[in-house]
Amino acid sequence: MKRFLSILLLVLPVFAIADEARDMADNPVIERRMINLAEKVRCLVCQSENVASSRSDWSNDVRQIMRDKMIAGASDQEIMDLLVERFGKSVLFDPPVDKETIPLWGGPFVLLLLGVGVLLFQLRRRRAIVTEPSLTPEAAHQAAVLLEEEEGKS
Amino acid sequence: MMRFILPLVIFLVLSSFLYVGLSLDPREVPSPLIGRTAPAFSLPLLQDSNKQFSSQDMKGQVWLLNVWASWCTACKDEHPVLMDLAQRNIVPILGLNYKDKREEGEAVLRKSGDPYMLTVFDADGKIGFDYGVYGVPETYVIDRQGVIRDKVIGAVNPQNLRERILPLVEELKKK
Repeated sequence: MKRFLSILLLVLPVFAIADEARDMADNPVIERRMINLAEKVRCLVCQSENVASSRSDWSNDVRQIMRDKMIAGASDQEIMDLLVERFGKSVLFDPPVDKETIPLWGGPFVLLLLGVGVLLFQLRRRRAIVTEPSLTPEAAHQAAVLLEEEEGKS
Repeated sequence: MMRFILPLVIFLVLSSFLYVGLSLDPREVPSPLIGRTAPAFSLPLLQDSNKQFSSQDMKGQVWLLNVWASWCTACKDEHPVLMDLAQRNIVPILGLNYKDKREEGEAVLRKSGDPYMLTVFDADGKIGFDYGVYGVPETYVIDRQGVIRDKVIGAVNPQNLRERILPLVEELKKK
């Protein structure tokens, strides 16, 4: 009895694995291709995760659709095009540069230019302040007189 | 003077960005399907698996396609709103029961009322995928030519119904 129970305990984890395995394609090549592709797709339900690592229901579906399409012979590009057609370019982590996404790609450079502009402006102003003679000739003369007086005292 | 204006300008720019940014819902991804022909489907009815319904039958009408499921909590919020809309007889609402169990979907309609002209049953979510569904509920406004004119992601509420859906429906009906 004891032996039977311990065997049962040993076997138990197998069921847990069996449940996960549902998610795998029979073909490891397709599975690898699918994961590669899914890493480039944003999970729309969880936003900052990709479809490959997300456990959401929606991502499960997308992975399954990718598998089905790959088995049916679709190329990666065709699958991506299909996803973009359905869900828009926001599903892509690396969207193409076009009219719609130009603020996304160009925005940081505009900000950089703006920053450089402000920096140059500030530097120029500072230089103007610094190059101002710190002492007018009269002040220098006055200081010299004062110093001499000081020396005369001691 | 500059010393006061510059921080003020920065402050105003930042706060306007934040104002817009924080009021946007990141889940609301603009659908590329708006302005495109609604994907055609032919599906069995939820309440009668022997009967099929094809989206072609809606040609010539302005209609709403409401994607819902018994497991979706926001659908319970919008249900009374849809019931009210159905009673006003303004626009037919077609239900798409998405990735649900037949009995459970049926039970919801039996228990809390059925606002739908009819409900089709999309067990594996294939049609939902065609429509770019990723959050339930979603509601599509479709015109007489079968073109998707708007998509509301999330629950229909009295406000977006009054301000967004119904004005568009009225406009489309005039055409």
